[in-house]
Amino acid sequence: MQRIGVFVCHCGTNIAATVDVKAVAAALANEPGVVISQDYQYMCSESGQDLVKASIKEHNLTGVVVCSCSPRMHENTFRKAAASAGLNPYLVEIANIREQCSWIHKEIASATDKAIVLGKAAIAKVHLNTPLTAGESPVVKRALVIGGGIAGIQTALDIAEAGFEVDIVEKEPTIGGKMAQIDKTFPTLDCAACILTPKMVEAAQNEKITIHSFSEISDVKGFVGNFTVTIKKKARYVDETKCTGCGLCTEKCPMKKVPNEFNMGLDNRTAVYIPFAQAVPKVASIDPNYCLMLKNGKCGICSKVCSVGAIDYKQTDRFVEQKYGAIVVATGFNPIKPDKYDEFAYSWCPDVVTSLELERLMNAAGPNGGTLLRPSDKKHPHTIVFVQCVGSRCDDEKGKPYCSKICCMYTAKHAMLIREKYPDTEVYVFYIDVRTPGKNFDEFYRRAVEQYGVHYIKGMVGKVNPKSDGKIDVQASDLLTNEQLHIDADMVVLATAIEPDKTARPLATMLTTQMDTNDFFTEAHPKLRPVESATAGIFLSGACQGPKDIPETVAQASAAAAKAIGLLCKNSITCNPCVAHSDEMMCNGCSSCEKVCPYGAITYENKEFRMPDRTTAIRRVASVNPAVCQGCGACTVACPSGAMDLNGFSNSQIMSEVDAICK
Amino acid sequence: METFTYYPGCTLRTKAKELDRYARISAEALGISLVEPENWQCCGGAYTTATNEAATKLSSVRTLMAAKETAGLVTVCSACHNVIKQTNYDISHSEAMAVKVQRYLGLDDPYKGETAVYHYLELLRDVVGFDKLKEKVVNPFTGRKIAAYYGCLLLRPSKALAMDNPENPVIMENFIRAIGGTPVIYSQRNECCGGYIALEDKAQAERRSGAVMASAEEMGAEMIITACPLCLYNLKKNSGNDMPVYYFTELLAEALGLKEAGNE
Repeated sequence: MQRIGVFVCHCGTNIAATVDVKAVAAALANEPGVVISQDYQYMCSESGQDLVKASIKEHNLTGVVVCSCSPRMHENTFRKAAASAGLNPYLVEIANIREQCSWIHKEIASATDKAIVLGKAAIAKVHLNTPLTAGESPVVKRALVIGGGIAGIQTALDIAEAGFEVDIVEKEPTIGGKMAQIDKTFPTLDCAACILTPKMVEAAQNEKITIHSFSEISDVKGFVGNFTVTIKKKARYVDETKCTGCGLCTEKCPMKKVPNEFNMGLDNRTAVYIPFAQAVPKVASIDPNYCLMLKNGKCGICSKVCSVGAIDYKQTDRFVEQKYGAIVVATGFNPIKPDKYDEFAYSWCPDVVTSLELERLMNAAGPNGGTLLRPSDKKHPHTIVFVQCVGSRCDDEKGKPYCSKICCMYTAKHAMLIREKYPDTEVYVFYIDVRTPGKNFDEFYRRAVEQYGVHYIKGMVGKVNPKSDGKIDVQASDLLTNEQLHIDADMVVLATAIEPDKTARPLATMLTTQMDTNDFFTEAHPKLRPVESATAGIFLSGACQGPKDIPETVAQASAAAAKAIGLLCKNSITCNPCVAHSDEMMCNGCSSCEKVCPYGAITYENKEFRMPDRTTAIRRVASVNPAVCQGCGACTVACPSGAMDLNGFSNSQIMSEVDAICK
Repeated sequence: METFTYYPGCTLRTKAKELDRYARISAEALGISLVEPENWQCCGGAYTTATNEAATKLSSVRTLMAAKETAGLVTVCSACHNVIKQTNYDISHSEAMAVKVQRYLGLDDPYKGETAVYHYLELLRDVVGFDKLKEKVVNPFTGRKIAAYYGCLLLRPSKALAMDNPENPVIMENFIRAIGGTPVIYSQRNECCGGYIALEDKAQAERRSGAVMASAEEMGAEMIITACPLCLYNLKKNSGNDMPVYYFTELLAEALGLKEAGNE
């Protein structure tokens, strides 16, 4: 007969305010096999755990049921406590009477009844629990960083610094990301390129780091410590190993009217191109959408001028397979396109630009060589209006519900830089609130107002009216003076919201990680595990997890690296023993389980069996690789003959839980 | 010849006879048969934004019901279109509203929003096709700079009306191109003309309609077209600007060589 101990937690008032914990403990004491049932204020505290441990020893318990919070929170805590008292940790069951009971109910009587039923189900299950022993699996000492912006670069550098091999996979032809496009950085106004490009070079030169530029992730298999990733190296029609980055091909290319992505389409590049002067790797790529040779087979000039013979028009996509112990996601963000905000006339007036376009207009390597000129007539603007929160903090489906966090600061930066360089230019900033939490941030904003005389106006722009003389009438309201304003501007700058990169969602599916409704990756715990995803071995770095400025991104990138290093330092990790297994005598070889397994853990083999009439027969049966199985249970449900079962969550255990609830 | 139910609305019988007349003869020339339902009522005039209000929507529902068996219900007045299309949206998107309306009307076959509602411009774009229209033009407005005036009711609320982007529409500009003219883009084309405020605060209406006309003129327009009788009234009478204002149907009839026939 089992000897079961029941421990009911108050969780302060979290549970006890809605559930009569004493009544729960008393009711569960009468369940078969229960030898002790007690309640305690904080079962997860040291004294609470001691209570569990002492009870195990004193009452010789063969099973433990803790009625407390979600098993995601403290299952491990109580398993460890049981193990230290000599009980197999897999003989501990959690009844979740907090998230699934006290927090969602208001009425004490019904919540108490439900808590008792949940406790009974856990007791019914623990009757059938068997001791399980976790195995170990080796850790591949190599990390993958997806995304080569400042977040990915910092993570890779930190992991390499600890002595591990790291691969960066970047979808663009160069690493550097958004920071490479930025002119100056707040709140110190140092040049972005000056602090970023040395890091890019460092990454390229570090012998532990391999950069796969112009590459994408096409498949991810495996699990923590042992991922197998297929990287698609997209055809760039230039042999990376031969190209020296001399740029002669880009000078001679006759196709010169290709919108330049790096300068936000404000000027043109050639069909064969190097994105910018400090690109890493400094290797040319051919854009197949514009290259005359690739489109019509007529041209071939770049191939003729290349002295090292690097041009290869026949190059195709290549696939590389590599094993990794840890994966860090650093896919970053993009500003939204303001096409749903046509009241600002962005789609039909060239002098209405986004903030990132303004960065390029002001950058020395930008289309105007660093002189701020209007895109329409290349004249110097004398009045500039900034509109904040375009697409951020929206309550309708047009925009994003969240604050994009970085816009207040970069707008203050833009306003200040313009006033500094062109004191004859008046600058107006329309805002809902100015949000500047951060070290030296509010001081920075105040400097823009007090020292540089930027006109900050609380209110929103209602309409932007471009006129025939090139002026732009900006119609707005000043909420503090309750006045309608018309500002005769030369340029309008929209501080557009930022959103996760479009590649993030398919990647999340491949990695089996979670995202929120805005497609930001979800961290394992919003406070206590901010750089880990809920999937073991997958870490989050930078703005893919939520809007972030550069200092925060770098801090999180290093934190993600630290977590990845912690994993890579181990020679092996403890496996989850709750894995599936197949009863070969019941298996009919139908392959249903193999088809539903998301981890590729199930294979089939032909085995020799002794039949009842003493003959032998060859039968096709399933077998599970326990190192690959993640214990999701999909196969146990799919198996028509009931041969597949899951350790710790067997079919009989689940049925007995259901029986206990329905009794 | 495809048959649509055609709802003129009260204003097209009184103040805006041209809007109606040119719409009818042009449709016929374009192979569309417009049939007016018998004993139609006023659309309600203004859409009630109270979400639980059904009584004021009943007259629109009767019109919608009348068109159930035809290819769709065509309206031309911006205000009628706004009221009728929003009412149809309410009924097809809210079970509660459909039930409420049915309790008032007690129909044998309850109306659930089956009728497709077209503005005349949508009819030109989606049924006739602007390319087809272009082929039928005999008097193109070549070189004429024409400003489209949408006003506020034609496109908004965009979720229910689902006609075009209310902040950067193209449907009327494409219509102007189809009849051979050059559309003039100006910022006030989707702003309010002053509407009914002309009755209470004439100065305000003068400011609004004046701003619309000035904006179009400033961008080089020589005439302005609209689909709304109230807009036309404000732009003509209250703007203090002499630039000609026409219903779009008048230009359509002229382009198709039907203006004389329409004036008879």
